[in-house]
Amino acid sequence: MAGPATDPRSAAVAGDPPRRRNTEAALLGFAVLITVVAQAIVDLTITGSLRPEMAGFSAWITALWVVAHLVIRRWAPYADPLLLPAVALLVGLGLTVIHRLDLAAEQVESDITREDAPVQLVWATLGVALFVAFLVFVRDHRTLSRYAYTLALAGLALLALPALLPASMSEVNGAKIWIRVAGFSIQPGEFAKICLIVFFAAYLVDKRDVLALASRRVAGIELPRGRDLGPVLVAWILSILVLVFERDLGSSLLLFGIFVVMLYVATERSSWLLIGVGLFAGGAFLAYQIFGHVRARVDTWLDPFAYQDGAGYQLVQSLFGLGTGGIFGAGLGGGRPDQVPVAKSDFIASAVGEELGLFGLVAVIIVYLILVERGLRTSLVVRDAFGKLLAAGLAFAVAWQVFVVLGGVTGLLPLTGLTTPFLAYGGSSLVANFVLVAVLVRISDAARRPATPHAAPPVRLGDAPTEVVTP
Amino acid sequence: MNAPLRKVAISVLVLFTLLILNVNYIQVVRSDDLRSRTSNTRVLAAQYDRERGAIVVEGTAVAESVPTDGRLKYLRQYPQGELYAAVTGYHSLIYNNSQLERVENDVLAGSDGRLALRRLADMFTGRDPAGGDVVLTLDPAVQEAAMAGLEGVTGAVVALDPDTGAILGMASTPSYDPTLLSSHDPAAIRAYWDELEAAERDPRLNRAIGDNYPPGSLFKVIVAAAALEDGLTPESVVPAPEEFPLPDSSRTIPNFGGSACSPSGEQSLIDALTISCNTAFAALGIELGEDRVREMAEAFGLDGEGFEIPLQVAPSGIGDIVDDAALAQTAIGQRDVRMTPLQAAMIAATVANDGVLMKPYLVDQVQAPDLTVIDSTEPEVWREPISEEVANQLTEMMTSVVAEGSGRAARIAGVQVAGKTGTAQVSDEVADHTWFMGFAPADDPQIAVAVFVANGGGTGGERSAPIARQVIQAYLDGQGG
Repeated sequence: MAGPATDPRSAAVAGDPPRRRNTEAALLGFAVLITVVAQAIVDLTITGSLRPEMAGFSAWITALWVVAHLVIRRWAPYADPLLLPAVALLVGLGLTVIHRLDLAAEQVESDITREDAPVQLVWATLGVALFVAFLVFVRDHRTLSRYAYTLALAGLALLALPALLPASMSEVNGAKIWIRVAGFSIQPGEFAKICLIVFFAAYLVDKRDVLALASRRVAGIELPRGRDLGPVLVAWILSILVLVFERDLGSSLLLFGIFVVMLYVATERSSWLLIGVGLFAGGAFLAYQIFGHVRARVDTWLDPFAYQDGAGYQLVQSLFGLGTGGIFGAGLGGGRPDQVPVAKSDFIASAVGEELGLFGLVAVIIVYLILVERGLRTSLVVRDAFGKLLAAGLAFAVAWQVFVVLGGVTGLLPLTGLTTPFLAYGGSSLVANFVLVAVLVRISDAARRPATPHAAPPVRLGDAPTEVVTP
Repeated sequence: MNAPLRKVAISVLVLFTLLILNVNYIQVVRSDDLRSRTSNTRVLAAQYDRERGAIVVEGTAVAESVPTDGRLKYLRQYPQGELYAAVTGYHSLIYNNSQLERVENDVLAGSDGRLALRRLADMFTGRDPAGGDVVLTLDPAVQEAAMAGLEGVTGAVVALDPDTGAILGMASTPSYDPTLLSSHDPAAIRAYWDELEAAERDPRLNRAIGDNYPPGSLFKVIVAAAALEDGLTPESVVPAPEEFPLPDSSRTIPNFGGSACSPSGEQSLIDALTISCNTAFAALGIELGEDRVREMAEAFGLDGEGFEIPLQVAPSGIGDIVDDAALAQTAIGQRDVRMTPLQAAMIAATVANDGVLMKPYLVDQVQAPDLTVIDSTEPEVWREPISEEVANQLTEMMTSVVAEGSGRAARIAGVQVAGKTGTAQVSDEVADHTWFMGFAPADDPQIAVAVFVANGGGTGGERSAPIARQVIQAYLDGQGG
């Protein structure tokens, strides 16, 4: 593994903090190796021979990460070296499991045999392209704050679009969260999420002083003034609307959670968390009372086996997969993950758990944890308030989404319709998450870059530009 | 903003820890539970992907997996149809497994610990993993004779090797064809299953071990054993009145057909057993007392507990005895006395084996796919309820039963057969159960057998003894005897 000593630049330039680009390259190599070996195992186990496309696939996936790596070297040289390799590992593993499930359909002579893995590879390529484009064209993440309101409008439009479209163009399996045009299905919510996080960050940085300071004490708790409750109420209502018009429990929960946490980080006031939890509890209670589909989700979650031939079928099959996989798993190609409905998208984690076992699934969770904690670390270190809040929002979005979706698949939480970032089949999710990581990489580059070239240890400026003079 | 950020980072750590803990719970703690649920089709489906081991009787597979071209690579078949169904059970896509297919599933499916090394070797050599074979103790001649004897009636036959406890025959009727439940066609499986469900008497029940029934006069052998252990001899004279008044009751126990056992109102123990005198044994039971009767019954295995052969055997027992009237009825095998046909065969085998009860077993060997033996059952002494002397006395008495008493229909030319008949009243509405248990040859026992016919009417001597004779004859012929 390449350390600082073998990096000529870091050795040559005194005071320049280590860039760790060789570490990144080595880790990427490792991720590629795992991906290719896993693909080979799948082919050998199921078909008994390596398919000819293997060479092309290996070259393609290697090229993707080489390009992404080189772009980081050139345009974001100080970027966090763990972000991209974590993504590469997750995407590679996702492609492998999807490919494995493609083969399963052939195995059981299903009428619907689809080659989804190559499609996913195309989406990954598009994702890397957007990743590269972002790093090349957006040199400073602060430019994003200039488009905050535009992005907010775009985000809302993307969010609302499926609700406005006729069901034939927007509804799949009961959730109205799609835009289906000319054979393509796009889940605009994934992009809306990023747009809204950028807007939240810019808005909260702008308004955090008033949100943080103007307060009154009620029963020993600092509560914000009534009129300052506006934004959180808007976010709450927005989430409820998503739930009502798109029947999308996941996005609703995701957006509200992200907003409350960003509000808390921006204001440093835990009273916002309390208000958030209170609103959530109220909303959850109302939703449970009013919406049959929410009630069904909760009931199935509490006792999936009571509904195992109906609403609980997916979850029960997922639990069977996980339980049958056990500690070491059935081995790639050795299980029956195809028995779980929509295993490629919503339930890909149960396929991982069945074939790679407890070890594999926990490893995946830890890779996510690394990705999230590196994002949060970026947020800690970066000097400007907007970048701080944006990085925190993006990192937490990944964490929250992973928690909600994996919790759902493993029976810890009620099922929601969210995708597993980077792992699951689905173009919108994959491409959007590449953009998300591009933003994180861009901010981490700013965070780790010395304040001035060749300067002594970078001075922590803290939040100086937005320091508030207390009255 | 850094202080809340750190708290968010820690919260994320906590959330992910919850995820990891929950995954541990699902994949480790609940793993076995999830795997073994009957609705988990993936385990069963996986079993169809490898060659399931055979169940073998004397070198012939009575349950085997044959390769197919279909989606499920192997089809389970039972070439002998109904003959071994009670023992093998079925291996069904829809209804899971039963009998040996269920209890020996780990071996047959190849997941048994004793096959672990071989699985590892298979993994490295690339050989298709296969299940192990289960070799049974059954004797085809005995099995066929038993099923032939039970033709047209509901009942069961169990035959044991008294020296070892090896089960030579185990038949139950009505039977069914397990192949039809083990096909790959769910609709056909369901149709056949519904047909079996609708049957008046469930063909899927192995009556030899799956249920217990009132044994009637078979139980007199246990009362006689207790009396002999207490110092009586076959020649001891016991009271044998025409009617036995039940203590503290206006009712009486009559003899079969209402006749007197002897003109004098008393007779020898051997004569009482030979003609199966109810009044003599009712009186003897009260004379011995509840404790003595219970003690002897439990020593023979009527202790209210089930056991495994490795199929699960229903418990046999004598129930609660509330007063002397109940004791008198218990002594003639009525009231709450219940016995599996296997238990009856065990009583006969104990007498045949000089008072030593061997643990009955059905699985002789477990073999790896290449037929190397990886486990075999060693005969095991289970209980010693009576002394050799008492066993010899009982043999003498039971020989008399067949030679000149109620069991004459079990006589075989040139072979001394010992036995005891039983006719148990069930209720006024349905015909009696009839029994016969015995062994042969009396001086050098090779086989002990019990025959049970449910609600067949008649007496044990008329209905059950002839079946026992056919089974014994078939076995002794096969042994060159």
